[in-house]
Amino acid sequence: MNTIVCVKQVLDPEIPPAKFKIDAEAKQVIPPAGVPPVISVYDERAVEAALRLKDKHKGKITALSMGSEKAADVIKHAIALGADDGFVLQDAAFENLDSFGTAYVLAKAIQKIGEYDLVLCGRQAADWGAGEVGSILAEILGIPVITLASEIQAQDKTLRVKRIVSDGFEVLEAPMPCLITVGSEIGLPRLPAGPRLMMARKKVIPIWRAQDIGAEPTKLDKQNAHTEVIGLSVPTRKTECEMITGATPADAAAHLAAKLSKLI
Amino acid sequence: MDNRKGILVCGEFAEAKLAPITIELLGLGRKLANELGEPLSVLLMGSKASGLTQETIAFGADNVYVADDALLDQYNSDGYTQIAANLCQQALPSIVLLGHTDVGMDLAPRLNARLGGGLAMDCLALSIDPATQLLASTRPVFGGNAHATMLAKSARPQMATVRPKTMPPAARDDSRQGQVLPVEGKVDPSAIKVKVVERTKEQVEGVKLEDAEVVVSGGRGIGGAQNFAMLRELANVLGGAVGATRPACDEGWVPVRLQVGQSGKVVSPKLYIAVALSGAMAHIAGCLGSKVIVAINKDKDANIFNVAHFGIVGDYKEILPALTAKLRELKSG
Repeated sequence: MNTIVCVKQVLDPEIPPAKFKIDAEAKQVIPPAGVPPVISVYDERAVEAALRLKDKHKGKITALSMGSEKAADVIKHAIALGADDGFVLQDAAFENLDSFGTAYVLAKAIQKIGEYDLVLCGRQAADWGAGEVGSILAEILGIPVITLASEIQAQDKTLRVKRIVSDGFEVLEAPMPCLITVGSEIGLPRLPAGPRLMMARKKVIPIWRAQDIGAEPTKLDKQNAHTEVIGLSVPTRKTECEMITGATPADAAAHLAAKLSKLI
Repeated sequence: MDNRKGILVCGEFAEAKLAPITIELLGLGRKLANELGEPLSVLLMGSKASGLTQETIAFGADNVYVADDALLDQYNSDGYTQIAANLCQQALPSIVLLGHTDVGMDLAPRLNARLGGGLAMDCLALSIDPATQLLASTRPVFGGNAHATMLAKSARPQMATVRPKTMPPAARDDSRQGQVLPVEGKVDPSAIKVKVVERTKEQVEGVKLEDAEVVVSGGRGIGGAQNFAMLRELANVLGGAVGATRPACDEGWVPVRLQVGQSGKVVSPKLYIAVALSGAMAHIAGCLGSKVIVAINKDKDANIFNVAHFGIVGDYKEILPALTAKLRELKSG
């Protein structure tokens, strides 16, 4: 079974809010010093989903990342976890693409790779989080799509996918090739194994430019962007927090209980 | 020239009742439609939809499109995408609104992928930009650390999914008039590639998290699955539900369906008690709508105190049992 996993390198979403700064004019986030970018959380789950299928059915996993040259780090991360191969899609023309542009670039790269049974993506990126690249990518590739999977099983040429919904779950079946987006419900990702980590670190990750994948310049033209960010702000909520104290923790708790009992 | 006009709401209903989000979208849609001087339409899909047409008109719709097809009785991505896309290509709405629900999260990006419009997901605010008369959609980005406002300059339709409970429900006026229009064409069964083979409702004990008036949430600091019993006890006394942060769910201490936050559930109870959780923005994004937030944390500098109304600095293991006991006493007294 051949799987392609799309991964994105993002600003660590777990940074303390105090370190989070934006350039409102440029509508960009200022990367905080000393905080290395990470693989987007859901994309890491997508890699995990691919590895679980490989554990069972063998086959090959190829990781793809569109981003800066540094995106090689997330490909290496995927390889350290068990992916076989990977490519970075980097070109000045790929910078700040919207969801349609991103999906187009990924589709061109996937078509260059050629053979695949399954394409996996995180449900949304942990930065801009548009949550639509997977669906557009499937539409361009002309393959079925299942979003927000929590479990994936493969049998012959059919995929059986569990997806959590608000009041329970549903099970879907789709023929391969298929695209599936993955949420954190799939479970914790494994840790990279030591020897693979060394191997991945040394690996040279090929970079594909626009011309390598045959991307048409008009499709990458920012003038044709479907959406545009016109404002970026940090929401403020000033709350006066009344600190409740007491001689003992139990005492403080009793004071709090008295306050709360008036509210409910 | 742009001949697109009007706002289309993709409606949702279950067991012959309109979903609350649909009533919220009709209220929002009506406001935007009035501002633009354009009509508001709603699409209802499924063989039971015709019973709800008058209600959607009462809630503000000028036109109700009904796709009467038993293949649409249960949500399926391929069928819904096909019918909604066909309608958008015929009726040419300028704006399409969906709820950020199980259905909307799946349908909106697929529909937009097919139509080539401009989509903003999980919006908290929508307005008409005065300069361009375009839809300005504000949504959380970077795990809720920032809000971005987006426009679709030329892509059509302009699309948005709206987070439930962020908009007031539409006012009902049963004297309103509107027209009911059948959607032409049926689902092509051969286009349904992804088949729903099972759908299971899970019974939730006690109050549902999304509906609870009190939520007691725990984070990584809780330290283990068994410690959540303390939170459950407090929630029981208050008639509330238990929630958790992503790390606590990731650890497997509680089921993922209890996750509150950007990628989990968004709750807005009267009282939110945040226990041993630091208050990462991704979590706060899911509970900021709560009337009163109480924080209990060992670390006096934890971010959660910046959004809380009441706080206690200390070990929750010493505080919660006393709090539960005292509230029980006050309640019975």
